[in-house]
Amino acid sequence: MPKDIIEKLKSANLLGRGGASFPTYLKWQMVKDTPAKKKYVVCNVSEGELDVFKDGFILENYPTQIVEGLKIALKTIDHSYGYIFLRKDYYQKYKKRLEKLTKNLPITIFKEKGGYLSGEETVVCQEIEEQILRPRQKPPFPGQTGIDGSPTLINNLETFYYVALIAKNQYKYTRFYAITGDIKHKGVFELPLDWSLKRILKETGNWLVDQDFFAQVGGGASGDILLPSELNRSINGVGSLIIFDKAKTDLYQLMERWVNFFMKENCDKCTPCREGIYRLREMIKQRKIESEVLKDLWLVLEETSFCALGKSVATPFRSLIKKVLT
Amino acid sequence: MIKEKKIKITIDGLAIQVSADQTIGKVARANNIKIPGLCFHPDLAVQASCRLCVVEIKGRKGLYTACSTKIEEGMDIVTDSSKIRRARKVNLELIFTQHCEECGDCIYKRNCTIRELAPKYKVNITKFPDRKKDYPVYKFGPSLIFDSSKCIDCNLCVEACKAQNVCFLETRKKGDFHDVVPSKDKNKDCIYCGQCLTHCPVGAFEGVGEFEEIEAPFQLKDKVVVVQFAPSIRTTIGEEFDMPHGSIVTGQLTAAIRQLGIKHVFDVSVGADFTTIAEADELIERITEKGVLPMMTSCCPGWVKYVEFFQPEFIPNLTTVRSPHIILGGLIKTYWAKKEKIDPKKIVVVSIMPCVAKKYEMTRPELKINGLRPVDYVFTTRELAWLLKKRKIDLSKVQPENIKDPFGVPTGAGVIYGASGGVMESALRTACGKISGQQLCPINFKQARGLDGVKKATLTIKGKKLKIAIANGTANAQKLLDELKEKPKAYDYIEIMACPGGCIGGGGQPVPVNAIIRQKRANSLYSIDTKKKKRLAEDNSIVKKVYQDFFNDHHKFHQVCHTKFRRKNKEVKT
Repeated sequence: MPKDIIEKLKSANLLGRGGASFPTYLKWQMVKDTPAKKKYVVCNVSEGELDVFKDGFILENYPTQIVEGLKIALKTIDHSYGYIFLRKDYYQKYKKRLEKLTKNLPITIFKEKGGYLSGEETVVCQEIEEQILRPRQKPPFPGQTGIDGSPTLINNLETFYYVALIAKNQYKYTRFYAITGDIKHKGVFELPLDWSLKRILKETGNWLVDQDFFAQVGGGASGDILLPSELNRSINGVGSLIIFDKAKTDLYQLMERWVNFFMKENCDKCTPCREGIYRLREMIKQRKIESEVLKDLWLVLEETSFCALGKSVATPFRSLIKKVLT
Repeated sequence: MIKEKKIKITIDGLAIQVSADQTIGKVARANNIKIPGLCFHPDLAVQASCRLCVVEIKGRKGLYTACSTKIEEGMDIVTDSSKIRRARKVNLELIFTQHCEECGDCIYKRNCTIRELAPKYKVNITKFPDRKKDYPVYKFGPSLIFDSSKCIDCNLCVEACKAQNVCFLETRKKGDFHDVVPSKDKNKDCIYCGQCLTHCPVGAFEGVGEFEEIEAPFQLKDKVVVVQFAPSIRTTIGEEFDMPHGSIVTGQLTAAIRQLGIKHVFDVSVGADFTTIAEADELIERITEKGVLPMMTSCCPGWVKYVEFFQPEFIPNLTTVRSPHIILGGLIKTYWAKKEKIDPKKIVVVSIMPCVAKKYEMTRPELKINGLRPVDYVFTTRELAWLLKKRKIDLSKVQPENIKDPFGVPTGAGVIYGASGGVMESALRTACGKISGQQLCPINFKQARGLDGVKKATLTIKGKKLKIAIANGTANAQKLLDELKEKPKAYDYIEIMACPGGCIGGGGQPVPVNAIIRQKRANSLYSIDTKKKKRLAEDNSIVKKVYQDFFNDHHKFHQVCHTKFRRKNKEVKT
């Protein structure tokens, strides 16, 4: 059956749904082609961004398809062993159901110990190896050197869901959008990939007509801030859309929530992320934006952070300060 | 063998052809291209945490850390640009917010990396308030101080502790931050080796008392203060006075200590000659009388603590012969005191050691002779250098002087104690002679030398095979212990030093240190040995005399030369 699955993933142009949008077929090909006696396949359900909940929805509604996608990966990649890597609360809630579905399969249902950063794929490897929860230098990528040094395929569960559909030729070029904030119809919606954010909001009955608002797209802490006029594009990264009613939103409180999230979730390994985020928090606490200092912090965060967490910190603050605060 | 693949890269316009599979940082160092950095140490795994060594790669977006980025064919690397300078400046400013400066009392007073970088990158070191000003100071036994308000979270100390297979230092989340802290695990304790200290780039670690306490004994009235210095000091302390690595300064050191007002200066290498004889005797006795084998050296107190805490089943393997400065200190307070007609209670013995674990060893109660400690103070190489500088004594300009009788000068055997393999080599020179009745072994025992973590050899003496092993670094020692658990008879005699390269790489030595520096320090010790007329411990005339006149009383011999060990529970309160 999954003889030509990698070809199918390629022609479907499936991109990873964990946030990085890396072509799925390339990852699969790399792990398949790297010679090794043992390989791993990990279904990543670490969902750790603020206000993002689409993984939980998929887990609740489509566990059979996820396991099906994982099975296809295990068949495609020789000598492979699987993990379903679950956020703590997801583990508690879905462990039994997933165990039933994976009975007699070489799959471990794994309970994540860490937080947001543990979804980063090298930290996934560190967790499974029971090592310190800090990211590893890339390259080598997990596809070459992952768990215990073996080639490891790590995909978000939504990716596996669509792998199952693609294998059965049922993929309709959709994705899951978690929509929340100051709107009426919060929830997760499976909608076409190419819909603009504006259309998504309108079709779900969430377009605010009478209020001035802004949106945070692609993550509840690291997501970019967009004004209504900027919503004519489709989404990149993780499928999340948070709407803020400008009149109801205390911008400093919002930034404080983000910065506290990053302070809590970062690993403190590298100077810019550890100290830069702290300085940012001190500034936000004092409700005093020093733009020259911020420019310096954005530079070192974006250009010199060890991993994607630090690199992503600047985006929401910079866009909020530029577009909404001033 | 497959021919190594060479690739071409460019750094700052300089075309370089090098073997693949190395980092930009490594190639830059080899080509003398300076890239700043704090968290890289060639002894340890790449940390890539300080983010100062950022460079640009033409045709690629962003900045890359030289310490962790592998070179690729055709890479065109730029190590200086306005963007690079700005990123380094900001990261340095962030590093300074963590580091509460105390420059006057710092082990890097002479050569502080961040202080040198600050003006170069126009850093405002007080741009942000000190985040760690209320951070705690930890004390690890009588040996080490960790002032966490100076820590820049580079993680090298944690890595060094892990590389020693000790894992006492760890990273733990306390409130908002992950901090470096001593482990609360009762199965983990500090062995006082001080490798955290020698690998810390910013002086967050220091010896206990460094540098507040060294003046005290030199101001004592109504006491006879004597100073003895360890074998390795003579090839390391010169670095503190900007002399080249491996400078031999035995005579200058003697003279400089005298200029501090100390009349009686002793060379611990003479004590080492005593240790050698007693240890060779014990080895022969264990072999002939079927005692516990392999016999393991015990003159390294970090290693002894490692055995007593982590591997107590090997306590019976440790030689009970005392370490050189303890023996010499004991002789000073007994043999010498009697000879000089000085009340031993009036004598204050100060040891200058390459080591912070010696500060701990000195306090062991079982070492006391007639209620007195053989050694009253232990100071490090760095502490002595600090005092000399304070008294404006420049070691590089002092006229050398010889050590005087009664203990006089050591043999070459006593000098090489400072390098990994030296104790073994000295003891074997003596033991071979005693077993065979003649000088059989090559006097230069090459298999014992060098910086390899584990060295092994089999000797044949009078038709009998003697299997020996030497390890430096406690993780390497553990490898030998693991092997012994499988094959108890794998070795007859083992030398262990807790620090890389032995005492020349000790926690009390000048910083910074790396394998090249350790090699130079060791080479100089061997060169002293080579030039000595007397290279066998038993040829030392004072050794002969003390054995004839003093150690003929077995009780006295035992009091001065032997000790005991016991299983230890966790000592450091965490």
